[in-house]
Amino acid sequence: MSDLKLMKGNEALAEAAIRAGADAYFGYPITPQSEVIEYLMAECPEKRTGMVVLQAESEIAAINMVYGAASTGKRVMTSSSSPGISLKLEGISYLAGAELPAVIVNVVRGGPGLGTIQPSQADYFQSVKGGGHGDYKLYVLAPASVQEMADFVADAFEIAFKYRAPVLILSDGMIGQMMEKVELNDQVERMSDEDIIQKYGSWATTGKKGRERNIITSLDLQPEKMEARVQALQKKYERMENEDLRYEKIQCDDAEFLIVAYGSSARIAQKAVQLGREKGIKVGLLRPITLFPYPKQQLFKLADQVKGILSVELNTGQMVEDVKLSVHHKVPVAHFGRTGGSIHTPEEILEALEENIIKDGSIRHH
Amino acid sequence: MEVLDIIRPENQVFCKSGLMTDATLSYCPGCGHGTVHNLMMEVIDELGIVEDTIGVAPVGCSVLAYDFMDIDMTQAAHGRAPAVATAISRTWPNKYVFTYQGDGDLAAIGTAETIHACNRGENIVIIFVNNGIYGMTGGQMAPTTLVGMHTSTSPYGREVETMGSPLKMSELIANLPGTYYVTRQSVHTHKHARKAKKAIKTAFQNTRLGNGLSLVEIVSNCNSGWKMTPNESNIWMEENMFANYPLGDIKVKGKLRQIG
Amino acid sequence: MTKVMGAIVVETETCKGCEVCIPVCTEKVIGMSTEVNRKGYHYAYMRNPGACTGCTNCAIVCPDRAIAVYRVRVEV
Repeated sequence: MSDLKLMKGNEALAEAAIRAGADAYFGYPITPQSEVIEYLMAECPEKRTGMVVLQAESEIAAINMVYGAASTGKRVMTSSSSPGISLKLEGISYLAGAELPAVIVNVVRGGPGLGTIQPSQADYFQSVKGGGHGDYKLYVLAPASVQEMADFVADAFEIAFKYRAPVLILSDGMIGQMMEKVELNDQVERMSDEDIIQKYGSWATTGKKGRERNIITSLDLQPEKMEARVQALQKKYERMENEDLRYEKIQCDDAEFLIVAYGSSARIAQKAVQLGREKGIKVGLLRPITLFPYPKQQLFKLADQVKGILSVELNTGQMVEDVKLSVHHKVPVAHFGRTGGSIHTPEEILEALEENIIKDGSIRHH
Repeated sequence: MEVLDIIRPENQVFCKSGLMTDATLSYCPGCGHGTVHNLMMEVIDELGIVEDTIGVAPVGCSVLAYDFMDIDMTQAAHGRAPAVATAISRTWPNKYVFTYQGDGDLAAIGTAETIHACNRGENIVIIFVNNGIYGMTGGQMAPTTLVGMHTSTSPYGREVETMGSPLKMSELIANLPGTYYVTRQSVHTHKHARKAKKAIKTAFQNTRLGNGLSLVEIVSNCNSGWKMTPNESNIWMEENMFANYPLGDIKVKGKLRQIG
Repeated sequence: MTKVMGAIVVETETCKGCEVCIPVCTEKVIGMSTEVNRKGYHYAYMRNPGACTGCTNCAIVCPDRAIAVYRVRVEV
């Protein structure tokens, strides 16, 4: 029986990492996610499971420590927030290029620059469109609750090792800081060194024993070879789209209007849906759970049913572009979202839906 | 006795280390990197630890080290090898973990990673090849470039007023309690190369003790960057590089030594 | 009376003609060929083979490990 706790999102994430059998965590303090490493240090997981926890000298060092442990087949995680993730992007691109499994968590805060410590979703492009250099993508999970902050850690490790790729958990300051009840999984045994060598010895650098040497690198100076590597990565991303897309539809069956929102915005939008329904507005919510792969076909189909779509995001309009790409101009799409750390209210969302989608002249004679 | 009679397998006293691959070294003729690679592979072979050795290659001339060293290696982002090695060593505590880095990698972009790995006393070996210049990118100034030295980015010679003084990383990190063995060697003559090999062996053996980080700096030449022939560069190195980077043990068994 | 005699074998295609082996050979055995290898490098060779003692100095400083060394004790 897994046990029920009342926890902060950041702490639930940390506990979930221990229970998922993580071998190592490398972090660095940055608000609003410092609780992750604080919790881990307090838990002394090296006594509980042998898990290594180390505070690095910078986010850059931390992501390169992740790269080191990942190159030997260990389950490794790091977390940070927006500016820290910017510092890690080179390392993340290396993880993608060297095809290494790892879990990275971004508890997003308002930007750009030093920005604010309040919640935001302004790192969507950075997360979904690559962020670092080169033709790579990240598999991105967007938790909307403390429960998902915990659940997605094990899911992320599974995807990371299924595809030998870095996986991003894109949370935000609100979900990281809020306390909610959370059901935690039972402890999963950490893999022994022998298991790792047996299972991942074909690629992991665990020491050349009874086999040819292994090399972990993202470098290839010959264009034909590099192109082949890049094309192989794209195949991986196609597989992710076909096999591991996740989303949730709320009250969409009879919807005449649609809100698209993830994470914190999806929570607030659910209330807006309820308020709208009370006013007789048949509005539904599509919540992408993975931001890559994105629910493109689902949106394309819904566009045949609804008269307009509002994309709601705590930024100045980023995911709205992917919504537009998905619906191919079938219906009007608009963005609404507070930014800079301000949080929109359900009422504001409903008002935006009415103003930009429902009352818009072009809708009347649709 | 004819020469051909001497050249018989049973009479062979020296050949390439079995842990060196057959790939042609990408280094310029006479460059010390090749020699350092060979000494390291000879040490790892003689200590019989290849099955437990994991190397971390940097960005720089030796980025392709894993093409030449027949051992498990992972390639780190520029300057980050000490962090990569930290994680490997922490998650595989009984492995021999080393980084192989140039001066641009270790003493410029990787300064923080170097200092903090040393300060934490990670149980790793750092092989630091210092040729006072960025070689791979074509001979730019590095933090270790000597005063007055001409490079493509200090074409009129390095000036202290605008470009600072040559950075002595070994002395810097020798003062950190986390370092156990810090030595500065070279490989340009048979005497120096044999001493360097001994130092590299000591460094790897220290991993068994777990008493802290071992760093072996190898002051080396860069013919193309310095625009000299290999032998000229070795003579120039003795007169100029060694004056600024004196050879010898700087710290042994955790105790600082006076040198230079 | 026994005498030590040595010889080196240079992999001519591996040698890059850097000449670093020459100053460390106390017996002045090594010289550079007039021909060039496939890469266009003059390669090292035993100009005075009789003088070689098989001391391995040249081999240990050769960056490309192009030199194998042989040594034998001979009754003279």
